[in-house]
Amino acid sequence: MTRTQDSAPPASAPGPPRAGAVPFLLRWSVLLVAVACWELAARAQGSVYFPPPLRIARHARDLWFSGPPGRLFLTPAAVGTILPSLGRMAAGFALAAVTGITLGIAVGRSRRAYALCNPVLQFARAVPPPALVPVFVVVFDFGTPMQVASIVFSAVWPVLINSAEGARATDPLRLQVAAVLRLTAPERLWFLILPSALPRIFAGLRLSLSLCLILMVFSELLPGSDNGIGFTLTDAQTRSDLLTVWSALLLLGALGYLLNTGLLAVEKRLVGPGSSARRTA
Amino acid sequence: MLRLDSVGRHFGDTRVLDGISLTVPDGQLLSVVGPSGCGKSTLLRTIAGLLPVQEGTVTIDGTAVNGVPEQLAVVFQEYGRSLLPWLTVRDNVALPLRRRGLTRAARRAEAEAILERVGLHGAARRRPRELSGGMQQRVAIARALVCRPALLLMDEPFGSLDAGTREDLEDLLLEVHRTNDTTIVFVTHDIDESVYVGDRVVVLSPGPGSRVVHDLPVDLPRERDQLSTRSLPEFVKLRTEVGRAVRGAPLEGPV
Repeated sequence: MTRTQDSAPPASAPGPPRAGAVPFLLRWSVLLVAVACWELAARAQGSVYFPPPLRIARHARDLWFSGPPGRLFLTPAAVGTILPSLGRMAAGFALAAVTGITLGIAVGRSRRAYALCNPVLQFARAVPPPALVPVFVVVFDFGTPMQVASIVFSAVWPVLINSAEGARATDPLRLQVAAVLRLTAPERLWFLILPSALPRIFAGLRLSLSLCLILMVFSELLPGSDNGIGFTLTDAQTRSDLLTVWSALLLLGALGYLLNTGLLAVEKRLVGPGSSARRTA
Repeated sequence: MLRLDSVGRHFGDTRVLDGISLTVPDGQLLSVVGPSGCGKSTLLRTIAGLLPVQEGTVTIDGTAVNGVPEQLAVVFQEYGRSLLPWLTVRDNVALPLRRRGLTRAARRAEAEAILERVGLHGAARRRPRELSGGMQQRVAIARALVCRPALLLMDEPFGSLDAGTREDLEDLLLEVHRTNDTTIVFVTHDIDESVYVGDRVVVLSPGPGSRVVHDLPVDLPRERDQLSTRSLPEFVKLRTEVGRAVRGAPLEGPV
């Protein structure tokens, strides 16, 4: 048997550059400069179609975030717009994550299942997710089930494929160790396969999260929707309320940023230092 | 008692092991030595039930090996891969105790006791990766010993450690063997090491189709010391004999 080098890097090995490599202030100052340019350009133009960002922000605040402190400053409009969207997205993401991880691990652990399913998976992943929405409209009619189904069916593939790859790449020596220690199948899953696959699972979850946001908005743009951020967007557009359109875009950007930051924080906790995660993250 | 009866194995067209017969009495520390690629690891994995027995039989106390036997532990060379990096040192060691139905506190207490025995009392809550290679291999040895195995298999366990660490661990192994009376099969490619730790040395011929070419008892005193034992005339004679067998040179003749 060949002798394999120890895969553990020495503790002193230089890690990937951390976010702190660029000072906090400098990172935010780039954004500030960009917004300032936008503000100046928009004011110079004076076009109703391109309002300056400060006006958009003020409009968004009046529209959604000027409520009483007891309700986290959310206005009734915000409760009626943001929460349904977030609710559908959370449900879709959770379902996609659970289904994707479960099926992915199962497929990844069986060589035969992997060989059989891989072409189907690659095909399913290659279909642009929004193209599937019309199919779900037919199957579920308009409304929340259709919207959640669209989100799940688009977001499940990256998690599934990455979980399968992660489970498949479990170190064969560690599987031998598990056999020698006589771990039961659930123990092997919990102590070996899941932690081994975790970095890949999170890579999949990050992709899925952004797909969830896209599909959330897209499924709300269709006729038949009556609430949500996407609905607000089209509704304001038909009323030529450009300020609200821009506010919705700003809100979507902020939401995407916050959700991704949250997921990264969870990942950092679960795939902490000392695990193999560092190299793939 | 571990018994191998004309055990053979091939991978595809390549013959790896050819009619290996061995009897290892209880409590013996058997060194298996041979050139790189001679099938030592394959032999060990066959005994461990990690590879199916293709030809011949492997029996432990009269029971044929079919799958990983009870009361068996293995220490692999690749300590970094064999330990689970996401568990603390203590939880790595406590992992095989789960099937004994102990509470978590009892498992941890037992793991800490065995860690103390291998000289790692301070490291229980650290992660394997924070430890040096020698310490990680001590953790792997602790994990192997925690279930008090009747048969311990070691696959070049000290092969990737530096000389000083390797000597410390050889002495740890001898100490463990003296106090536990575990049967140990110790695979190595290091001739000196095979004589120093072994009660008996078996030499395998270079592959393909590796067989036992030499089998000699090590009648050195049980108490061994890195400096004085290695300078005994008997030690020098034994290592020369093993060395000749490994190189395939004629066993008789001037030293």
